[in-house]
Amino acid sequence: MTDTTTQIAETIAANDVVLYMKGTKEMPQCGFSSRVAGVLNYMGVNFKDVNVLADADLRQGIKDFSDWPTVPQLYVKGEFVGGCDIVTEMTLSGELDTLFDAKGVSYDKDAANKIREANG
Amino acid sequence: MAMQAHEIEDLIRASFPSARITITDLAGDGNHYAAEVIDESFRGLNRVQQQRAVYAALKGRMDGPSGDLHALALTTKAPD
Repeated sequence: MTDTTTQIAETIAANDVVLYMKGTKEMPQCGFSSRVAGVLNYMGVNFKDVNVLADADLRQGIKDFSDWPTVPQLYVKGEFVGGCDIVTEMTLSGELDTLFDAKGVSYDKDAANKIREANG
Repeated sequence: MAMQAHEIEDLIRASFPSARITITDLAGDGNHYAAEVIDESFRGLNRVQQQRAVYAALKGRMDGPSGDLHALALTTKAPD
């Protein structure tokens, strides 16, 4: 395995929630990355952000790793969950809450409900 | 580099000949589209599997240094 692939595998194994994104959770640099990081921040989820813009090998490596051509990419307990569209749909449908519950990831349930009410 | 809506539809149509495909131009810059693909082959697949199949149909035209299409908001499902 290339060192990029190893690095990715280690990161998603070592952290419950990982978001590969453009920019950082404090300074997202793309609308889609900003939306997913924003949802996770608002829901009080503790996640590791990885800035793919800081490493060209990683930017391509993460797409090969998950066979998914875009960033952001969300991983929960080592499993690829999806990109911006899927995470948005799951947030609004409540499936993200269900996934976090099932995987033992803590989050603010009221905040999740507020997101749904705001997008009612 | 940008793409036209019909190019996206043709690429998806090639892999999903009987699908109902709706392409929406989000920004008029040839770079930001939404695509809805409704096809029987999606029945029983989860969203990631469905969307992976559509991205595969686009044959690398997505994002990245050589990507022509920066953003494609995808919605996929099996017919009701």
